[in-house]
Amino acid sequence: MNPALRTFLILAALVVAGALIFPSSYYYRVGTLVWINTLAVTGIVVLLGYVGLVSLGHAGFFAIGAYATAILPSYGVPSVLAAILGAAGAGLLAAIVGRPILRLSGYYLAIATLGLGMLIWMVLSKEAWLTGGPDGMTVMGANARDLFKLVGLNLRSAESWYWVTGTFAVLGAVLAVNLGNSPWGRALRAIHDSDVAASSLGIDVAKAKSMAFTISAVYAAVAGALLALANGYITPEVGGFMHSVEMVTMAVLGGAASVFGALVGALILTALPQVLTVFADYEHMILGAVMVLTMILMRRGLVPALVDLAKRRRK
Amino acid sequence: MSRLDIEDLGISFGGIKAVDGVTFSAGAGEVTSIIGPNGAGKTTLFNLVSGVYTADTGRVGIDGTDVTGKPPHLLARAGMARTFQNLQVFPQMTALDNVMTGCHMIERSNLLADLLGLPSSRRETAKSREAAREALRRAGLEKLAERPASELSYGQLKRLEIARALVTGCDILLLDEPAAGCNAVETREVDDLIHGIAQEGKAVVLIEHDMRLVMRISSHIVVLDQGRKIAEGRPDQIRNNPDVIAAYLGAHGAAEAEAANA
Ligand SMILES: Nc1ncnc2c1ncn2[C@@H]1O[C@H](COP(=O)(O)OP(=O)(O)OP(=O)(O)O)[C@@H](O)[C@H]1O
Ligand SMILES: [Mg+2]
Repeated sequence: MNPALRTFLILAALVVAGALIFPSSYYYRVGTLVWINTLAVTGIVVLLGYVGLVSLGHAGFFAIGAYATAILPSYGVPSVLAAILGAAGAGLLAAIVGRPILRLSGYYLAIATLGLGMLIWMVLSKEAWLTGGPDGMTVMGANARDLFKLVGLNLRSAESWYWVTGTFAVLGAVLAVNLGNSPWGRALRAIHDSDVAASSLGIDVAKAKSMAFTISAVYAAVAGALLALANGYITPEVGGFMHSVEMVTMAVLGGAASVFGALVGALILTALPQVLTVFADYEHMILGAVMVLTMILMRRGLVPALVDLAKRRRK
Repeated sequence: MSRLDIEDLGISFGGIKAVDGVTFSAGAGEVTSIIGPNGAGKTTLFNLVSGVYTADTGRVGIDGTDVTGKPPHLLARAGMARTFQNLQVFPQMTALDNVMTGCHMIERSNLLADLLGLPSSRRETAKSREAAREALRRAGLEKLAERPASELSYGQLKRLEIARALVTGCDILLLDEPAAGCNAVETREVDDLIHGIAQEGKAVVLIEHDMRLVMRISSHIVVLDQGRKIAEGRPDQIRNNPDVIAAYLGAHGAAEAEAANA
């Protein structure tokens, strides 16, 4: 089966399955977070899994999407347009800063992106007149309920956001899988393994890296916009360093090489804190532990490890 | 005018001249071989020619156009392709995907079409797959197409790199020790493959330690020692050149070359 179609069917089935079993709005809200994180982490998969570049600043792009969606409506911009502008702005910023930053490799790149993320976070925290500062701000505007009312469906707010974010996660995954199996996707994966060989085949490595960085920034920004809308409230924490780390940890835990890794990582690290409330108090420690254990026990992540296991069983 | 013209090319690493004022040309339809002892600067010369290193001195010309200092991907666009002595394959991909990557320059697809999985993007992928299968077949690897590259043997990977370079549609092909790690049968296959490539009118530049192969296949041989060109000529001239015998061929090498001649 065509990989994009397979991805679509599996993820769409999961979205529907969630809706079938969730007993309360609370579950829908957690489900919404899972889909938002899946979308953001799919962007990390494109960057880290396909090309092999580490970004510790993606929360910055996430925050640009979120704050554009929060701020622009108070200047008369409709929410949907605000979200689109936020995503475009994040993409533009990534395209501009990407070129110089992406010439760096390994931990130099990690540190440069870390700096970028911190800069964005600082602006959001300091410019209180615009962003509400550390206290955060309320997001006015669109409710997904209205969207469903148009087609005669009367859903609760939490349900409607669940469907909207689920749709975005499915679409994001399908686009990423399409890319992975396309001419540019092969170029990106070639760079992952050997940029000398890639450039000897006529691949403009700097341009390809910058493209991947831009795409992944747009993924993060769209996820941020969805979070702002679904939550109705945001704080600068969405742009904080720990959020960047969280996204990378989700990708690495699930397996950065595939979109399914993004889903599994997002699911585990989003749902777990809800189930185990102790998790909330030790969140940072647990993220660190997950990272270390994944690196030691299954460097390619959970999904590839399980696939290997299944293959070995079959033999 | 030759396909590839190298003039006075040189580079130093920490005061040591790894390549020192090397000049030679490679013509279309010919195999030009670069030979010399370990550390002579052969691979470094390839890295200079293909833009991986920036030369301290000298010029590189393709079909009469100066391409000195161009980055590797632009040289590839100008028609140059290469393989690597220290294998640069994409181990996570299948053999087929490895070769398909070589189709990058002929693929007419844009990023948006690729993301959306538009028919135009799929068509390009289908075309590349065909071209890659054909190249794999030529390199004798068609049965391994779906295998991850990491499962292939050293000799197979060497040929995989040749297949990958071939699908770029290059006019100039630089091969760095393609027969290393090959058994006699495989070496014979590599020999035929290179011969066929030159017959198509491509300029082949070959680095190789297997003197039988070199003497059999080359139109022209350039001998390097300590970064410098110490001799140049047809195989029969090189085989009997006392400087070359002293620096490289030695008694054993000369015998091997003689055997190839017999
Ligand atoms: N990047 C580099 N930095 C420092 N020294 C280098 C570098 N690349 C090559 N050299 C040196 O240049 C010299 C030539 O090396 P090169 O690899 O070109 O030899 P070669 O002729 O290909 O040898 P072999 O037959 O063993 O492959 C060696 O002394 C090597 O150590
Ligand atoms: Mg060498």
